[in-house]
Amino acid sequence: MALPARWSKNAEVTDSTDEVMEIQMGPSHPASHGTIKFNLKLDGERIVDCDVEVGYLHRGFEKMCEQGTWTQCFPYTDRLNYASPCINNVGFALAIERLLGVTAPERCQYARVIMSEVHRLADHLTCLGMAAGEVGAQSVMFYMMEAREFLYDLVEAVTGARLTVTWCRAGGITRDLPMDLGARITLAFSHLDGILSDCDKLLSRNRVFIDRMADIGVMAADEAISYGLSGPLLRASGVAYDVRKAHPYLVYDRFEFEVPTGNKGDNYDRFNVRFQEMYQSRRIIEQAMRTLPEGPIALDDPRIVLPPKERVYNSIEGLMNHFKLIMEGIQVPAGEVYQAVEGSNGELGFYVVSDGSGRPYRVRVRPPCFLGMGALSRMLVGHMIADIVATFGMINMIGGECDR
Amino acid sequence: MLLDQLKQRFGADIVAAESARDEDTIAIARERALDVMRALRDDPPFAFDFLADLTAVDWPARAPRFDVVYHLHSLKRGHRLRVKVATGEPDPWVASVAGLWKSANWLERECYDMFGIRFDGHPDLRRILMYDSFEGHPLRKDYPVNRRQPMVPETDPILNPLRPSR
Repeated sequence: MALPARWSKNAEVTDSTDEVMEIQMGPSHPASHGTIKFNLKLDGERIVDCDVEVGYLHRGFEKMCEQGTWTQCFPYTDRLNYASPCINNVGFALAIERLLGVTAPERCQYARVIMSEVHRLADHLTCLGMAAGEVGAQSVMFYMMEAREFLYDLVEAVTGARLTVTWCRAGGITRDLPMDLGARITLAFSHLDGILSDCDKLLSRNRVFIDRMADIGVMAADEAISYGLSGPLLRASGVAYDVRKAHPYLVYDRFEFEVPTGNKGDNYDRFNVRFQEMYQSRRIIEQAMRTLPEGPIALDDPRIVLPPKERVYNSIEGLMNHFKLIMEGIQVPAGEVYQAVEGSNGELGFYVVSDGSGRPYRVRVRPPCFLGMGALSRMLVGHMIADIVATFGMINMIGGECDR
Repeated sequence: MLLDQLKQRFGADIVAAESARDEDTIAIARERALDVMRALRDDPPFAFDFLADLTAVDWPARAPRFDVVYHLHSLKRGHRLRVKVATGEPDPWVASVAGLWKSANWLERECYDMFGIRFDGHPDLRRILMYDSFEGHPLRKDYPVNRRQPMVPETDPILNPLRPSR
């Protein structure tokens, strides 16, 4: 096989300065966390066109949800946005509960709020830590990973797992909050506060960081709305839309918290919005812990919630109840519902269609970072290759959520 | 309330309307879909500036097999709406709303990829989650979950470098 002419050393080198170079960045690239391919057309270092290819982590979530019962979908939801699994659990549980027409008990709702906010904190720490590490601030990355470890200790104490928590069910949660959760939270926050303060001092007025992040990836408010952006991406562009305030779910309407917004819609605003949201999440957790009521953690409804194991092993009715719920699934009335929760990337929506049986007919996840990736090429055109790393980091694409 | 306003504005274009579980749903005919969607976006009392989601549901036992489902939000007014457009075999298509909301670009590509519904007027309709040589449309009810795909033939990376599909 002869080498093509352009490989030969004796061939004439034609260096056309207005030739556009096509290069592919990805799908496995050290600076992009997640399997994403950018098909770039470059004029030197400047991006002329960028086609973003996703789908490398597509595992058929929506198809698999149709194969099992309603409860068997919960482990799949953990693996959507795997940086904040409780939020996915909560969204799906709320969707089923709306179809059933029930509301989980108060203590369960407070617990879901606390764990959702803990996971929001963990997700923002992951996003900001990795983004800072990729633009060179490695100390910040390690500090934020350290802070995240304290939060993962909390999550493990409550749910038993660090990542694949599968904690929510239709009608309740599986494990109650531990008795010493208040003490654990105080310990975690004492470390978190110090680390956040350090990272703030290291980055927020850092000349190099601002040069890398400010005025890069600018997205105006009306365009952001048209692209379907939500969450920190939309709020950085100045639109104060937060599902927790606009369409409150669980008990978020009982807590006082602010929704930080930016004004320019550049990467620096996205960074600051996520950073300030961490303080607001902290506020919510403290208020929730102060007002946490006693009570059951799941509904006392044999059609929805599994009976306690003492009943299952010691009475025939408990055994039958358990058997029916496991084998046939919760009989959810026919209908459809769209349940939106505020994920750490934006509006995480679950559009669930039931045909009246124990298996879902259609489960659709509205993934916020999928829409963010759709807008990415618009944000990148005209910037340089190095800006891809910064902008992509600030979108917080989580492969599990984008590709499902 | 919202449904009454919609019925007043669109009249016969609305084939069906329902309000359940605090959500409003309307079904519109495929031929009128693009005009109705443009009015939903632009008319001040509706002002649906945010296309939250665009997906489809496959009802193989029914005559128009697919329901393309749009979830519209209005960030200005705070209301939400679900719009359904039915389309069926042999050639399922609906009008593309990518010219109205930029989020529809990728959402319609995913719907085409998963269901095989053609979006007429889309600037760049190609697969997004599955690879290009994938055969079939996986979320259709007649696509078995354990179907195997044919192996993709290996190509020489120097003579045939992987080109982006666009």
